[in-house]
Amino acid sequence: MVSFNLLIAVSLAYVAFLFIIAFVAERQAERGKGKWLRSSVVYTLSLSIYCTAWTFYGAVGYAARSGLEFITIYLGPTIVMIGWWWVLRKLVRIGRSQRITSIADLISSRFGKSTELGVIVTLIAVVAATPYIALQLQSVTLSTAVFANSSGQNWGAPELASAAFWVAVGLTLFTVIFGTRNLDANERHNGIVMAIAVEAVVKLFALVAVGVFVVWGVAGGIGPTLDLIDASKIAEWSPPGGRWFGLIFLSGAAFLCLPRMFQVLVVENDDESRLSTASWAFPLYLMVMSLFVVPIAVVGLDLLPDGSNPDLFVLTVPLAEGRSGLAILSFLGGFSSATSMVIVATIALSTMVSNHIVVPIWLSSRAGGAMMSGDVRYAVLTARRLSIGGVLLLGYIYYRLSGGGEALAAIGLISFTGVVQILPSMIGGLYWRGATRWGAAAGLITGFAIWAWTLFLPSFGADEVIPQIVLDQGPFGWAWLRPQALFGFAGLDPVIHAVLWSMLLNSAAFVIGSVLTFPLPLERLQGAQFVDVFEHSTGTRSWTHGGAEAEDLLVMAQRILGSTEAQDIFQREAGRQGKEGYLPDVTPQFVEDLERELAGSVGAATAHAMVGQLVQGASVSVEDLIAVADETAQIMEYSARLEAKSAEQERTARQLQEANEKLTALSIQKDAFLGQISHELRTPMTSIRSFSDILREGGATEEMQARHAGIIHDEAVRLTRLLDDLLDLNVLENGQGTLSRQEGHLRDVIDRAIAASVVGEGAIKIQRKRTEEAISLDTDLDRLTQVFINLIANAQKYCTAADPVLRIVVRKAGGRIAVDFIDNGDGIAKEHQEMIFEKFSRLSDHRKAGGAGLGLAICREIMIRLGGSISYLPGQGGAAFRVILP
Amino acid sequence: MGKRVLVIEDEPNIIEALSFILSRDGWTVHTHSDGVNANERIRATPPDLVILDVMLPGKSGFDILRDLRADPEMQALPVLMLTARGQTRDRELAEKLGVNRFITKPFSNAEVIENVRALVTG
Amino acid sequence: MATRVKKPVFLERASYRQRRLQDMARILPVLAAILFVLPLIWKLTGNDGRGTSAVVIYLFAIWSGLIAIAAILSRKLKLDPENGSGKEEG
Repeated sequence: MVSFNLLIAVSLAYVAFLFIIAFVAERQAERGKGKWLRSSVVYTLSLSIYCTAWTFYGAVGYAARSGLEFITIYLGPTIVMIGWWWVLRKLVRIGRSQRITSIADLISSRFGKSTELGVIVTLIAVVAATPYIALQLQSVTLSTAVFANSSGQNWGAPELASAAFWVAVGLTLFTVIFGTRNLDANERHNGIVMAIAVEAVVKLFALVAVGVFVVWGVAGGIGPTLDLIDASKIAEWSPPGGRWFGLIFLSGAAFLCLPRMFQVLVVENDDESRLSTASWAFPLYLMVMSLFVVPIAVVGLDLLPDGSNPDLFVLTVPLAEGRSGLAILSFLGGFSSATSMVIVATIALSTMVSNHIVVPIWLSSRAGGAMMSGDVRYAVLTARRLSIGGVLLLGYIYYRLSGGGEALAAIGLISFTGVVQILPSMIGGLYWRGATRWGAAAGLITGFAIWAWTLFLPSFGADEVIPQIVLDQGPFGWAWLRPQALFGFAGLDPVIHAVLWSMLLNSAAFVIGSVLTFPLPLERLQGAQFVDVFEHSTGTRSWTHGGAEAEDLLVMAQRILGSTEAQDIFQREAGRQGKEGYLPDVTPQFVEDLERELAGSVGAATAHAMVGQLVQGASVSVEDLIAVADETAQIMEYSARLEAKSAEQERTARQLQEANEKLTALSIQKDAFLGQISHELRTPMTSIRSFSDILREGGATEEMQARHAGIIHDEAVRLTRLLDDLLDLNVLENGQGTLSRQEGHLRDVIDRAIAASVVGEGAIKIQRKRTEEAISLDTDLDRLTQVFINLIANAQKYCTAADPVLRIVVRKAGGRIAVDFIDNGDGIAKEHQEMIFEKFSRLSDHRKAGGAGLGLAICREIMIRLGGSISYLPGQGGAAFRVILP
Repeated sequence: MGKRVLVIEDEPNIIEALSFILSRDGWTVHTHSDGVNANERIRATPPDLVILDVMLPGKSGFDILRDLRADPEMQALPVLMLTARGQTRDRELAEKLGVNRFITKPFSNAEVIENVRALVTG
Repeated sequence: MATRVKKPVFLERASYRQRRLQDMARILPVLAAILFVLPLIWKLTGNDGRGTSAVVIYLFAIWSGLIAIAAILSRKLKLDPENGSGKEEG
């Protein structure tokens, strides 16, 4: 007899072990060490979430009831995996090139980034998956109850319900912790994938162990086992042909359409070559999983009393034989099957719910959408966490409502048939450019309705949702609408009946809808991208002309991706275009890339809508239409090689042009510089000369004389300072003068700069985090202080806010230390941002600034000499300067 | 009431110096320190003479002069231009645009008064 | 698909071999489907001599064979041979 407490202890230890595995994997991946985390083996094992508790417990029950038919559930996926060259390869490529986050995102993205289609697919997936999640909860509680009862406790409904509740809570916790650590789906869930890979090994090992025990321990070898099969009630090979064929199709299709399978197959895929290995390794896993199902079933039938639940043979056979250790192992296998499925399904569903339902509603409920202040990133994460809780709560509620009595396999097939409704739109979208959003919507809704009417609603039992009389005679007495005999086709198996009609009418609605309607330009572009993904994996062209300011895009991107990452992307793009700074030209290609980056966080439709708000309205113009018309011709013209070449030429031409412009600008600058120096010197001299004339002529009051003398003094000081600055700049530019390197702390440098520049009433308020500034430096600290003083003084002079505040933020950017000075004023207009570091480029008209416009030029020279840099940081709200320390 | 001079200049100290010496000489001095609205200001209350700086915020003295000369009513208005850049190119440009006198900063007070008198009486 | 341009008509030996391997990869699932459905026909032909145990042996044998072929193919097939390699994005 197994102590029930021992079982609980072992289970808790196992759960703790999974937490640690996930945690370690996350840490390794963060440190960039996790290469081994992402091998083909782990990828293959993660696919095993296809084998849920339904497989682990249910397959044996299925075999005990209907013989070999259970095997069709594994033959379907085997065919799909072996046939990866057809569908999966394309799916993974599209998923990677378009940054697809879920199957709803795939459909939405393919059909012109349609929000509505995303919602429809999400709803179908949630409705179809909820019973399945309930099924997993049920299997865990039932198997726990087996042990509880065998150790003398008598478990009834309340204990079962509370066990299910705590399992659901634990799963929510695990999924929230490891499923919403990072936003970009590209950063993948290393912890979770690793944990489910371990669970995959445990469940395979457990089932094989029970199988080996049954064949060699109980039956007495392979020969006797075969004899036992032939002697059992499932000895006769009598499959109903329709079901055999239909279930192979159904399971293969579900393998492609299940949100959780899409998650591990496509979203978590980091390298296409993984698929190539999994194409044979995963069928092997499936085969081993099903190898001992029939032996366990026949031994169970033979050994256990009539009326025992065959769904629990995997547990009860070892228990009946007194093998408690094996039984616990088997329990852990079932537990693994259930939890890994629930975790991944929940992540996949919550991604869909948050990206396609919650976030769009949240965005549209805020006037101005993405441009409003507020942290979208935080909102998305919160939405996702809430969705995880919501999905599990739904599963729990369904479990409570359904009472948990049915044979496990029935729920599984109903759920499969539900998600398979996505298949026509998906396959059609991948291979047929003529498919339209209207067709997809028509097909999905038709299929979903037929599934609900013929299979899902009747599954609750007669008179539960659908009255018996409707089942028998049809609604309003219309016999042709009888749920299980549509159009008079009575006598078919209910599942096959539902699959047949829903698939037929779904596909028909999809094709007819597509043929009758005309796709939007964006749909045609996406269609071409999907269908011909191997011909042009680069470059969609939905934004043919961008009106958005790079700075607006940066503001939005920072909010979603986080500032460091967004700045990286912008800087990289600017560099690629041969420019300096953070603001690249807004080329269509760049907008496209950016949109894809964002799509990884918030889904294609939302990202498109957000970018659309900035890029001149969301609609596509006449020019785009013309572009679409030319599209086919263009795709033919531009082979990938040519495209790369012309991009290269363009880049070179651009650099040449920039160099030329620089040269011209330099010679103009030299003229302008002389003019500027002349102006800056002559202006104070004018006042000095004029007032000294006045003084010399005499006759003014003493008061006036004092005033005039004061002006002369001030202007003389200004002249001196100007000459000092000029000399300083000259020294720096010519590389003369030595740097006096010292060691010191960044904090002290900032302290000194603030002390020197923030004085008097109405001085600017400084916000800083002194703890961040604990960084030791080895450079010319006096020069660095001079730069900081200049920046603080500038903020003081030019910040126009009523309550001027300057934030000094220290952060790490690309392995170097950056000190950002960000004020809350109006900032600097984009057209001026490039010239502020030039000499005499004072922007404001008032002379109150007092300097000659050399301050930033000196700062730049100093930073260059120190081996660091200074740049203007756009999109921060106010004026912002980033000093990168040497 | 003396004749009216409008000084368009953005350096406060220079404005003060010019105001001082011109009012001492009997002129009524108005000042304007912004380039953008200078033409409107002139048209609203036309003075007898304009003293115009070249480097003004918003709109350069050359542009103001060009717009002034494009206005038929203002073609004859005497303009004395001041510049601190002192390049011959500036003088040529100013003359092409129809300036009456051109003085390079720093100036002597006597030089200014002499030119102003010459422009209004002569 | 017929509109694609400028693919040479004659391929080098290695590319030719790749093409045929791709053909194999495409045919394999069709073959699998046929073989998996085949036991239904035994029943239609009324051969009662084969029970569940025989079908079990048949199915697992076919299954193993398919896995072996798929494994060989996956080793020899290059992903995306036309464009060089399968991973162009980093």
